[in-house]
Amino acid sequence: MMKPYFEDWKHTMYLWRKNKLAIAGTIIIVFFILTAIFAPLLTSYEPDVQNLSIKLQAPSWEHPFGTDQFGRDILCRILYGSRIAIQIVLIITLVSGFIGVSVGIIAGYFGGVVDEILMRITDMFLAFPSLILAMAFAAMLGPNLINMIIAISFVNWTPYARISRAEALRIKGQPYIESIRSMGAGHLRIMFSHVLPMTLSPVMVQLTLRMGTIIITAASLGFLGLGAQPPSPEWGVMVSDGRSYLIDQWWVSTFPGIAIALVVLGFNLLGDGVRDMLDPRLRR
Amino acid sequence: MQMRGDLLNVSDLRVVFYTYRGVIKALNGVELWMNKGEKLGIVGETGCGKSVTSRAVMRLIEEPGKILDGKVIFENKDIIKMKESQVQQIRGNEISMIFQEPKSSLNPVLNVGFQIAEVLAKQNGTKIKKQMKAAAEMLELVGLDADRVMTMYPHELSGGMAQRVMIAMGLAPKPKLLIADEPTSALDVTIQAQILKLLHDLTDTMGNAVMIITHDMGVVAEFCDKILVMYAGNSAEYASTEILFKRPLHPYTSGLLKAVPQIGRTDELKAISGTVPDLVSPPEGCRFHKRCAKVMDICKKERPRFIEVEPEHFVACHLYSDKGVN
Repeated sequence: MMKPYFEDWKHTMYLWRKNKLAIAGTIIIVFFILTAIFAPLLTSYEPDVQNLSIKLQAPSWEHPFGTDQFGRDILCRILYGSRIAIQIVLIITLVSGFIGVSVGIIAGYFGGVVDEILMRITDMFLAFPSLILAMAFAAMLGPNLINMIIAISFVNWTPYARISRAEALRIKGQPYIESIRSMGAGHLRIMFSHVLPMTLSPVMVQLTLRMGTIIITAASLGFLGLGAQPPSPEWGVMVSDGRSYLIDQWWVSTFPGIAIALVVLGFNLLGDGVRDMLDPRLRR
Repeated sequence: MQMRGDLLNVSDLRVVFYTYRGVIKALNGVELWMNKGEKLGIVGETGCGKSVTSRAVMRLIEEPGKILDGKVIFENKDIIKMKESQVQQIRGNEISMIFQEPKSSLNPVLNVGFQIAEVLAKQNGTKIKKQMKAAAEMLELVGLDADRVMTMYPHELSGGMAQRVMIAMGLAPKPKLLIADEPTSALDVTIQAQILKLLHDLTDTMGNAVMIITHDMGVVAEFCDKILVMYAGNSAEYASTEILFKRPLHPYTSGLLKAVPQIGRTDELKAISGTVPDLVSPPEGCRFHKRCAKVMDICKKERPRFIEVEPEHFVACHLYSDKGVN
């Protein structure tokens, strides 16, 4: 039997400190969040203002990451781009997490026909590669940032649904659910106050682990022109902008690419760390 | 239908479970009744349908089980015919239940006080926080140190403490009927006696009826006013505790009593031969006939009716069918 994580904060922190990779992940993500918050303070340039007289300049003290074909400072655009990235990650995680957990808990808790129908729909979504499906949705809705967020949310909920269904199935069979039913609790109360909290820890691990995937998918859609549109400093769009200059002006695509790689790495390390921290076998 | 008890009347209750092996006929026309404030013990071997009966009374039978037929009249209302929302009003408020495994019957991530308060909040339609004081009072009532136990989690409790918490939870809404499904089976003997005494004294002062399910004849002898013996999904014999122990009529009941060790008894303990029949394909006629020492031809063909052979003493056995009053 384990204690709720919130109450057992000290032990959680102890496990976190022991896990070097989790610390690295946390540092990257904290750094990423801080740059998003303080972007205007960290740079004296504007992300959208063009200055063709300084276009395609190599990295220098003035422009540490160089400038792009319109003379915009790339560091400045990456900093502002992190705001977009964080927006994308948070909204998609919330929306797809909500859809996935609701579908999973309803399917697992009610079982039978409800379970069959909901899980077959989930299987249908899983049958397509998620990037292709997201592309199809984004193309259908029309390419812009909001539609891209909707499209990714729609294809990203399936793993959460499967995990929370499995958990709900397991918890439904526990004696305390029957006990609370015998006390007159209705389905809604059981699902929300007794099943949902128990499914949260495995779902939370998946949510963090998939944040990296979300950033990659969003950047891919941006790169393909199906997501955020220029002149938005979205990282995928920036990589795409620089691809015709890749040979001679490598910095235009490379630095946003590194930013993507770094943040994805950070989320993956953090996700692994969270999984280890929440693993009951490692806890006491 | 005849109303024999003024609190609960169960008649012809049939429950089946659909499994891959076939249809398990778990309850085959169970009859029982209870008066207000009465303590009824249901005894029988493992798999005879004791627990299924208690769950069916609260309509807690889950897929793949199904209540096929029968009436569960609780205070003139038939629970079987009610809407789910109406049954939810009865569960917890009018009938509550405590279970065999007290520690796993409590939510492991919520503290004890919260769980008791939640039950009270549901009954009174108030916020959970407002019921914390009442929850603490209930814990004191079952002999626990409320200040300490309120904020404890189930894994920090001993088995006996957890069962006390369950009793507090079950009695907190002041139900008219408390169903206790083998409340002492998971506890060691010294704690068993304490818990039974607590349950007995509390229900006496609160005046609610108790249906206690057990396979322990000692428990029923101490605890109950009336006893129902069940066999393979049927009511076999029903009488007051005194009469049943003194003058068991059903061959199965007398077999059960012969198998119980007693201090001062010198004769050999006799086990009932054979095992509980497979309920997918139960024997024709009386379900006990293959193990019965007094089997007759009619037992293999016809199912005995549950009849009153002497005042307040009901038996389902062909040996007595000619003595039937009704």
